[in-house]
Amino acid sequence: MVPISAYLIVAAVLFGIGTVGVLVSRNIIILFMSVELMLNAANLALIAFSRALNVMDGHAFVFLVLTVAAAEAAVGLAMVLTIFRNRDSINVDRYNLLKW
Amino acid sequence: MSLDTVIFIFSAVVAVFGATMMIVQRNPVASVLYLILSLVAQAVLYIQLGSVFMGAILVVVYAGAILVLFLFVIMLLNLRGTEDLGRGSGPLNQLTKYVFAVLFVVELVFVVRAGFFAETIAVSVLTGPPATDGFGSVENVAKLLFTRYLYPFELTAVLLLAAVVGAVAIAKREREDFATEEGEAAHSGDKPASPPMEKVEG
Repeated sequence: MVPISAYLIVAAVLFGIGTVGVLVSRNIIILFMSVELMLNAANLALIAFSRALNVMDGHAFVFLVLTVAAAEAAVGLAMVLTIFRNRDSINVDRYNLLKW
Repeated sequence: MSLDTVIFIFSAVVAVFGATMMIVQRNPVASVLYLILSLVAQAVLYIQLGSVFMGAILVVVYAGAILVLFLFVIMLLNLRGTEDLGRGSGPLNQLTKYVFAVLFVVELVFVVRAGFFAETIAVSVLTGPPATDGFGSVENVAKLLFTRYLYPFELTAVLLLAAVVGAVAIAKREREDFATEEGEAAHSGDKPASPPMEKVEG
């Protein structure tokens, strides 16, 4: 029998890996995937709590988070495409037109 | 060690391994494939927690749709595998992000240590006792979504519509005769219209 804290630890580790990816990565596509990973870690925690408390509301939240993730991926990838056309690079350090 | 524990440890290790490999890979295509590996392992964890429907949704929607969209964009960009991303901008910038990354890992270690000693907290219920009948089934998820969470559910439809329209509007290629002066300056290569504050080594 696996305690619920084990699932929460896995979720925390995945979230941490995602955060480190967002902070360290310079490839914008890997950066986007790290954000998706962080959303998924939150989902895992929601499902685990839903099971521990025996309330199904967590499933509805996970469903909504999945929808937001899909919308974010669609709009974000469209922006990546447009920026790549203008700058010819996927390096986020070169997207510095708004830097003062 | 029961079968339950073995399955949990195996899928947890695979999930963390896939996530780690995703952020250290240079090739974006390999990165996407490692994220898919991690997601499939997470779907196993969902199913182990009794939410079969959400596990299936995770594989179908994430691995099947969103990550294929990522692959599609990578191949559309024609990145030729490994573009050398260089050393990044200034030393202060570098230092800051590594300091934050290390801080976060330290924080994570504290969370994990707290998690191991959390047995007295009310939420650390074992997943051993069977949940109520039909926990996580399609029927119960649908009942929840169409009764208590009906308005949020309908709003997600609006959100998806807005995202689709926005994605098309953003990614649409500008016609040449509409190109403004700023647009042409941005198109003319790496030199931005405004002088950059510091020289960036790509």
